[in-house]
Parts: sequence; C-alpha cells; structure tokens
Amino acid sequence: MTKRKERLVLQDLLGSNKKIANEIREKLIQQGILTANLLSSPGAGKTTLLEKLAKELSPAYRLGVIEGDIETQRDAERIRAQGIPAWQITTGGACHLEAKMIGNLFPQIPPDLDFLFIENVGNLVCPASYDLGEKLRLVLLSSPEGDDKPKKYPKAFTTADCLVITKADLIPHLPFDPAKVIQEALELNPQLKIFTISALTGEGIQDLVAFLLQQLQELRSSHA
Amino acid sequence: MHELSIVANLFELLEEQAKEAGAQKITLVKLKVGVLSGVVPELLQTAFDIYKKDTIATEAELIIETVPLRLLCHQCHQETIRDDIVFTCAHCGSTRLEKKEGTELILEKIELEIDD
Ligand SMILES: Nc1nc2c(ncn2[C@@H]2O[C@H](COP(=O)(O)OP(=O)(O)O)[C@@H](O)[C@H]2O)c(=O)[nH]1
Ligand SMILES: [Mg+2]
Ligand SMILES: [Zn+2]
Repeated sequence: MTKRKERLVLQDLLGSNKKIANEIREKLIQQGILTANLLSSPGAGKTTLLEKLAKELSPAYRLGVIEGDIETQRDAERIRAQGIPAWQITTGGACHLEAKMIGNLFPQIPPDLDFLFIENVGNLVCPASYDLGEKLRLVLLSSPEGDDKPKKYPKAFTTADCLVITKADLIPHLPFDPAKVIQEALELNPQLKIFTISALTGEGIQDLVAFLLQQLQELRSSHA
Repeated sequence: MHELSIVANLFELLEEQAKEAGAQKITLVKLKVGVLSGVVPELLQTAFDIYKKDTIATEAELIIETVPLRLLCHQCHQETIRDDIVFTCAHCGSTRLEKKEGTELILEKIELEIDD
C-alpha cells in the first residue's frame, strides 16, 4: 500500500548560507575587523574605489581584500600592487559569492586586520541574496549606468547600508540626476547612508573614509 | 541567475525530508516566495524542472506562492500590505517600518508517497 502524506517543512532555502554567514560575522566582529561587502554591476568602480581606500587607509590601518570574479586574478593583482593582501575567489561561472566561499578562505585571513573588504562578482541581482557575514553592505552605482536603477534592483538597494554613487566627475556630461537616484533609493530603504564620490578627482572620498573609521570605532567599542 | 543554486539547496532539503519520512517519492513541493526575496518565480520554476529529473521529486509539481510586502509601522502601529516595493506607511506616511513578510524564500511543505 502506498500512502500519500503531507509534511510541513518551513525551512529557509538560504538558511544554510545564513548560518555560515552569521558564524563568520561573529568571528570577524570578535576579532575587531570591520567587514564590508561591495555590490555593483560590472565596471561601476569597485576595484578602483578599493585602490583609493588602500591609499587613504594604509599603512595606518591594516586592510585585506577578498576579490570575487567569475574568472582571472586581475582584481586581486591590482589590490596587491597597493601593498594590500588580497585573496581571489574565482567562481567559475557562478554569478555571486556565497558565505561558504568566505568561510573556506577564513584560515588565511590575518586576525589583526582592521578592515576586510569583499568585492562581489559584478552583478546587481544575485549577490544581493547572499549574506557573506559582512557588517556593512555597500551598493555602488556609477553615473553612466543611469538614474533609473534603484527600483530595477530593489533587493540590492533594500539590503544595503550605504549607496555609493561613483564617477561623480562624469555627472556634468550625462543626463544623470543624482537627486532622482537618491530619492528612489530612499523610498526603497529610508535608512540608507549615501555618498557621492569620484575616485578620479577624490571628491567625496574623505566622507566615506570618515564613515568607515567611525564604523570601525563603533564596532570595537561595542564589542570590546 | 542564482535560481539554479537555490534549487540545488532545495533538493538537498527535499532529499533530507524524504529520508526522514521514509518516503520513496515527493509528489508536491510548495514554496513561499516574497516579492523582495531576490528571486524570480519563473526562473525558479525553470530551474526546478531541469533539476528534478532523476531525483526523488521527478514527478513532483512545484507550487509557488508569491508573498506581498507586509510592513508594520512603528509610528502608528498599523500594517501596510503592498505588491510594489515602497517603504512608506499607507496610513501615516512614516518610513519607520519593519518588514514582517515579503523577503522570505521558504520551503513551506511537501507531499510524499510512503510505501507501507
Ligand atoms: N571617470 C571615472 N572613471 C572611473 C572612476 N572609477 C572607476 N572608473 C573607471 O571605470 C572602469 C571600471 O572600474 P573598476 O574599478 O574596474 O570597476 P569594477 O568592475 O566595479 O571593479 C575603469 O576603467 C576605471 O578607470 C571614477 O571615479 N571616474
Ligand atoms: Mg573589479
Ligand atoms: Zn503609520
């Protein structure tokens, strides 16, 4: 006799990722490391911003960078050229990083870092669903991508802590209205902190640096 | 297209559940997918149909229930339900809202066949 039976499961399909992410977050916070996950479409300026932050923060602060790409070591090499340790994860086709990939790297990450930056695979959709154990999530949107993007990628903008509008130096040449982006982004996520920067001219970089330092201090004072 | 890796996770859960229940076959899989889950239901369906071949759920039907955003206002304490993604309270306009539903991606229930 074959019986039909209904079974209630109620399990999160991303639950195993979340569990690993929470373990990673806890360990990094305990070590006093501020971790930021950078999301954007390809070419928005993630690596360039990290090169710039390396110049601003190192050697006074110790940085490490995890680079996520489908192929090549190129971005990790760009970061190492700044004298910063970088670990490349090549996903071999996968469109996003997952917490277990960060977990596998964990033994290599020096426990005395101040900042750990994770450059996700260039894609504003898939990476948004995967918690990597970061404390801060930064979504980057470059001015040439257009000012209609936040509502097209709601998951990225609703899960981010900061919106970084990049390539501000190009805004005068483009039909790009930063006020429109900011308004749309705040409708999706009223708590979003917003920075407008240019890695080329240095505009806005100091504000972002000050914010990161303040976040590091907060993390350390609340988990001392 | 991370729907494929999500479906891979789903099948791990399905295998686990079938084993626990001592079932030979899964005939129905029901998911709850929030409008802010970050996945596209149609792509989940496609990925499911590809993945299910030669698994315990080969003949299973997939049902996806879409869950709208349910927001609780911390100002007026009323709820707003929306199908779009705008974080303002429909009653008082406040943006101090807590997401109660709409971000989930859940395997809610399954139907199994068990031989006695
Ligand atoms: N004009 C301008 N170009 C930039 C800026 N930041 C990055 N770029 C250029 O944008 C391109 C992509 O940058 P990259 O950092 O590799 O983007 P990623 O794919 O997000 O890591 C490169 O050619 C950069 O030189 C900026 O602030 N202004
Ligand atoms: Mg890059
Ligand atoms: Zn209200």
